[in-house]
Amino acid sequence: MNLTEQSLLQTRREFLNTTASGIGAMALGAALTDDGLIGSATAAQADPMTPRPTHFKPHAKACISIFMAGAPSQLDLFDPKPKLNEMHGQSLPKSILDKARFAFIQPDTAVLMGSNRKFKKHGQSGMEFSDILPHLGTVADDLLMVRGMHSEEFNHHPGQLMMQCGVSRFGMPTMGSWITYGLGSESRNLPGYVVLTAGRGSSGGATLYQSGFLPTSYAGVLFRNSGEPVLNLKTPDGIPQHLQREGLSALRDLNQARYQEVRDPEIASRISSYELAARMQLAAPELIDLSNENPKLLEEYGVGREEPKGNWRGSLPNLNTMDTFARNCVLARRLVERGVRFVNIIHASWDQHSGLDKEITYNATVVDRPIATLIKDLKQRGMLDETMVLWGSEFGRTPLGENRRGRNTNTGRDHHPFAYTTLLAGGGIKGGQVHGETDEIGWYGVKDKTHINDYHATILDRFGLDHLRLTHRFQGRDFRLTDVAGQVIDRWRT
Amino acid sequence: MFRNCAFVFGHSSLTAFVIGLSVSASSLPGAEVDFTRDIRPIFAEHCTLCHGPDDAKGGLRLTDREVATSELKSGHRGVVPGDAEASEVLRRVLSNDPDAKMPPPDKAEALTSDQIAKLRQWISEGADWPEHWAYRPLEKPFAPRVANEDGGVNEIDRFVQAGLEAKGIEPSPEADRYTLIKRLSYDLIGLPPNVEEVDEFVNDTSANAYEKVVDRLLASPHFGERWGRHWLDKARYADSDGYEKDRNRMNAWRYRDWVIKAINKDLPFDQFTIQQLAGDLQDPDDEEARLATAFNRQTLTNTEGGTDKEQWRVAAVMDRTETLGSVWLGLTVGCARCHTHKYDTITQREYYELFAYFNNGDETDTDVARSEIEMAAYRRAKAAFDEKAKGLKREIETLAARLAPEREAWAQEFAKSVAAKRDALEFHELSDSSVTATAGVKFDKLDDGSFRAKGPQPDKAAFTLTARASTRNVTAIRFEMLPDKALPKTGPGRAPNGNFVLTGVELLAGKEAKLDAKKHRVRLIDAGEDYQQGGFPAINAFDGSGKTGWAVGGGVGKPHSAVFRLEKPLNFDGDYRLQIKLDQQYGTKHTLGRFRVTLATGDADGVAPLAVMRALAVEPAKRTAEERAAIAERFYRAKSPEMTALEKRMAALRKSEPAAPLMRVRVISQRTKDPRQTHVFRRGEFKQPTDPVGTGTFSTLPEVIEREASRGDRLDLARWLVDGRNPLVPRVAVNHIWANLFGEGIVRTVNDFGVRGDRPSHPELLDWLARTYIDLGWSRKALIKTIVMSATYRRSSSHRPELADIDPTNESLYRQNRFRVEAEILRDISLAASGLLSRKVGGPSVFPPMPEAAGAVNYNSAFKWKTSPGGDAHRRGMYTFFKRTAPHPNLTTFDCPDSNVTCVKRTRSNTPIGALVTLNNEVYLEAAQAMASRALDRKTESDAARLTHAFRACVARPPSADELKRLQALLAASREWYGAPGREAEARKAVGAYAAEGVTPADNAAWVATLRIVLNLDEFITRE
Repeated sequence: MNLTEQSLLQTRREFLNTTASGIGAMALGAALTDDGLIGSATAAQADPMTPRPTHFKPHAKACISIFMAGAPSQLDLFDPKPKLNEMHGQSLPKSILDKARFAFIQPDTAVLMGSNRKFKKHGQSGMEFSDILPHLGTVADDLLMVRGMHSEEFNHHPGQLMMQCGVSRFGMPTMGSWITYGLGSESRNLPGYVVLTAGRGSSGGATLYQSGFLPTSYAGVLFRNSGEPVLNLKTPDGIPQHLQREGLSALRDLNQARYQEVRDPEIASRISSYELAARMQLAAPELIDLSNENPKLLEEYGVGREEPKGNWRGSLPNLNTMDTFARNCVLARRLVERGVRFVNIIHASWDQHSGLDKEITYNATVVDRPIATLIKDLKQRGMLDETMVLWGSEFGRTPLGENRRGRNTNTGRDHHPFAYTTLLAGGGIKGGQVHGETDEIGWYGVKDKTHINDYHATILDRFGLDHLRLTHRFQGRDFRLTDVAGQVIDRWRT
Repeated sequence: MFRNCAFVFGHSSLTAFVIGLSVSASSLPGAEVDFTRDIRPIFAEHCTLCHGPDDAKGGLRLTDREVATSELKSGHRGVVPGDAEASEVLRRVLSNDPDAKMPPPDKAEALTSDQIAKLRQWISEGADWPEHWAYRPLEKPFAPRVANEDGGVNEIDRFVQAGLEAKGIEPSPEADRYTLIKRLSYDLIGLPPNVEEVDEFVNDTSANAYEKVVDRLLASPHFGERWGRHWLDKARYADSDGYEKDRNRMNAWRYRDWVIKAINKDLPFDQFTIQQLAGDLQDPDDEEARLATAFNRQTLTNTEGGTDKEQWRVAAVMDRTETLGSVWLGLTVGCARCHTHKYDTITQREYYELFAYFNNGDETDTDVARSEIEMAAYRRAKAAFDEKAKGLKREIETLAARLAPEREAWAQEFAKSVAAKRDALEFHELSDSSVTATAGVKFDKLDDGSFRAKGPQPDKAAFTLTARASTRNVTAIRFEMLPDKALPKTGPGRAPNGNFVLTGVELLAGKEAKLDAKKHRVRLIDAGEDYQQGGFPAINAFDGSGKTGWAVGGGVGKPHSAVFRLEKPLNFDGDYRLQIKLDQQYGTKHTLGRFRVTLATGDADGVAPLAVMRALAVEPAKRTAEERAAIAERFYRAKSPEMTALEKRMAALRKSEPAAPLMRVRVISQRTKDPRQTHVFRRGEFKQPTDPVGTGTFSTLPEVIEREASRGDRLDLARWLVDGRNPLVPRVAVNHIWANLFGEGIVRTVNDFGVRGDRPSHPELLDWLARTYIDLGWSRKALIKTIVMSATYRRSSSHRPELADIDPTNESLYRQNRFRVEAEILRDISLAASGLLSRKVGGPSVFPPMPEAAGAVNYNSAFKWKTSPGGDAHRRGMYTFFKRTAPHPNLTTFDCPDSNVTCVKRTRSNTPIGALVTLNNEVYLEAAQAMASRALDRKTESDAARLTHAFRACVARPPSADELKRLQALLAASREWYGAPGREAEARKAVGAYAAEGVTPADNAAWVATLRIVLNLDEFITRE
């Protein structure tokens, strides 16, 4: 490559002036840096994933968000209500009933439904977990349990958007997009924002990792945990690695020749996109190859577990969700180790309108051990301090049994956005504490209520980002993850 | 409390505080203050919550110069142009008195000293407050005189040249012809030119060679696809509902076809607008206009369990309101859903006035022709049928006329005889009767011999009653339907409203233990009832149709009976068996509740339908047509075999009547029953309506002219957009078109013409184009032609290093722009260059191959992506089925919008994930395979010639010597690899289903490996 000083200068300036449309610029930078012609600082400015300075000192560097789509019952997992058990079968006080809104419940005849779960205190703080989460209890001292979460959204897809985007409208970036937009990514060989799924599809589908009005570079990339991990990663049948390399080399030469002709820096970006693609072809299979992992550790995670017989709402026939979810947790750690900024693990569905006891026991078994092991593993490797782990959902479930029309018995719970529970750990989050309190039947938060916007504000804070300053101008307005609200919660910070 | 009326107080007490601060405020000597850039944001962020369109505390309103400089309640003036010290606004922001200081700390943050300095300077310099450029009335500016008119083709070039001269920039030369024809083809039809088209243009020495290409492309049916897709982005078009359930919309494509067709026939943009927003109101009988309203049916539908329908209806109406703002006005009106827009002076009330136009447009079904071809065929067949039917009808009428006198006489006789025999029947109970039923329905047998259904309430059912009897000379059978408290609305049916529909009665009788449906069938020939719901007489219960029957709507809660006459009386010796099937196939739970069956003996001549009996009771002269028909029908049956035969023929002919090829599509139509009153929703919450509002738009724009009698509806609104008075619409519309032809708009923030958006780089050019669009009768094709004919459009897109400092982003348009093609086009051009593309225009969506994992992210596990067979796998990308929660990854990877909200500008990312698609995805490999096969079919040619041809099929121009050499080297390396022993199997895999004749797999594979790289060239996927 033989670029003149002048064209270099031109390129540099154009980079600085490039708007969102050209931001793809994985850099002429990279191409030119390889040739030693241009400082890496300039190259960095052009790369949308180049690590960027934070607003203030960060604690967290990476995030593993575990999203329980469908809305788990906080009353059967985290928030024991003896009074509710006492009042089992009674009607809800009219004062609450009149204000409430339901999806399926028939308010006139609805009655409270106690939990069949046994709760036990764990860790120094005495954090309570139900009997179907024995493993999570063992990491209680690392966990922050937030009991007064609340949302305005009542239905799954809008609620899920709310939890991912801070607003329930379409076209908004998800939390992973905002964080990679704000911070870039440390990984040179893998996407900055990776999505792993287990179980059935979620209500929100692909909108739960969209980049909205931000460039596609910041959208989550769906990984599969076996076979070809990224779509189109594999060189086509019959095209050997050797010819893939030869072809890419020819492509680079031809594209560079065109660059000489038309001097468009976007060509350089294209060249480096192809180079990163080639590196990803090597890095991604290595990522999902667990053969170098300690078999004992894998067992701890639950890799290789068998799927119990039966039909589960948290799985589908012919899937082994038990194994897949465990693998996802291992992969999440491996992704973070390789510099990936944001991993979103989505498991669906927890929408237990009926058959609650059986279904939630299955789902809890799916997630309990892998998550507890993930936290221990991160801690043991010294990664937990900089890796934030989130466990959350779009809303919770009602203390009332679901007496949907046509049903003889209440075996499930309806949607409940007024009070639910989330967990956080690591990455500058102060573990070993419970934040927030709900009333004696778990209907409303009564102390330290947390809105989703506050939750996001605090998470961004831990990444060294001021939620008020992490903005993007779109259609004349500066948008942010926390919409028009959000308060950083001091108590959550280490 | 003080604060609320703070401006009422005089300022004498404050003077003291002002002086001390005025020093720091004058720290910006010489810097220019721009109202839009510097001052408006201060007002918007710090003041207008209380002193804006919604509120004028103390009488101050900072919305325009006139009101801001007028006298306040206190007698002072907020802004005194030229006199900062006398301006109350400045005094208050400088005040140290906590009760007087503005803004109050609980309302907004205090101004910085820099902001205060700017405010001071702005007032001192005369408080210039220009009207926002985009709201100004539209005039047609004259193209300026320019020093150098060489190379300019039309006015566009003079506007651009003037700017270039001001900056001292020489425009780039015209692009070479290869680039020009590729550019035109990509821009106008979204497909690459083939080598022959390129050569023809390159060698065309005529003066209008370029124009000929333009005209050819504008006339291509693919033009409608290319520009239709641009529009579909705005229409948020998709093939599914969105949200969790995300149900498929299998007929959504009809709207897409409408768009393609409208654009191909160059439906003027004003009509294009009106039909989509209010086609149902403008041309209610025009199928195409009704179809066009599906623009606003593209909103999402939430059918998740337990949703509040009203919530999501309101959400859709809001989307329609905001889409209108984005697409036609270039304004983000959505902010005003919850609060008055801080910058663009759109009040919350105005938002709901705009919302009100859409609030009574409901989603409804309409039937439209499946296709024009089918409709034409139907019309021909129908005409032939009508001709035949007409002949027969004439025969019937003639005979009827002939029989008329006889009929009247008969009717009188019949009336008498029926009256005489009305009570001639005697009824007998059955013995040992029992009933069985489908769908698990059970029965209680009651003391009066009736049966009452219980247990499951199926939508449809069939009961079978079996019994013993010994009654002789049975001439009829009676069904009694009885009310019962255990039934809904006390019955007699089990539908929620107490009704039933008896759709079929079948009677078997015989002495054998097992009765046979054929052998023991007793035909029913007549039926009379004591009550019938209109259109549901008892005779319908044995007309052979499962859809018609006897029902008693309007008479529920009471007993009813119907007597069915047998063709031949039952006359068995001794005991015999009966089996009676009661069919109830109407649906929606219209099944029988409590009923009793009895046998009748005696003269059954008195059995006649209620309708006939009633008709007979009317004086002949006063009978309605229906009544006359009822009597005639009876008469013919009894007395005229000739007529019966004719009617049979007619019925047979009717069966051959062709059915109209219609399909049901979802559109918008005006709600006429119970129109909704629109309210302002507090904070946008549908459950918190406040003030009622009527229809209206924004005070910054001209008023809507209402048709007499309309009181402001969607049609008025649609016309208001395009009647030439609204300055925003033509500006926004031409900017969209310009952005599609230059990669950037004249206003770069294509989606924001508000005060926060970019200002136009060439304001006069924008206005000239806007006015020209109207002058051209809103012809999209004519406007596009005007633009692409300009020298500005034709310039080379090469970057120019020497201008990097002066104009790094080419705002002055000294050159064309280079940009990657859109997601759909990327695939289209690869398929086209390889010859695989199916060029079929329009029709239902298709399912090209998609990885299973991509579809599995959708919640609905029943959704399966079934790959389309044959050529449908190679249709243009715009026909790919768009599932909102699981869109095809080849589309989304390249920034195809998600279709959940309107998109007026796509981003263009350049990512490794994208590189993986064009390198490795099966459709791109298939294109390379097809391309290799085509290259090898040019048997007499050298490698160099074949490579050149393939290269040109992609990028139009021939390769340079170096480029050709590089490709030859790749080909050689590939041949070497595949040619090595033991690699034939690999080679065959590379060749796939596209083996060229007479070529070794190794050679063939080498071509695949080489040409896939050509398909990845930046130049190919870039519009240059």
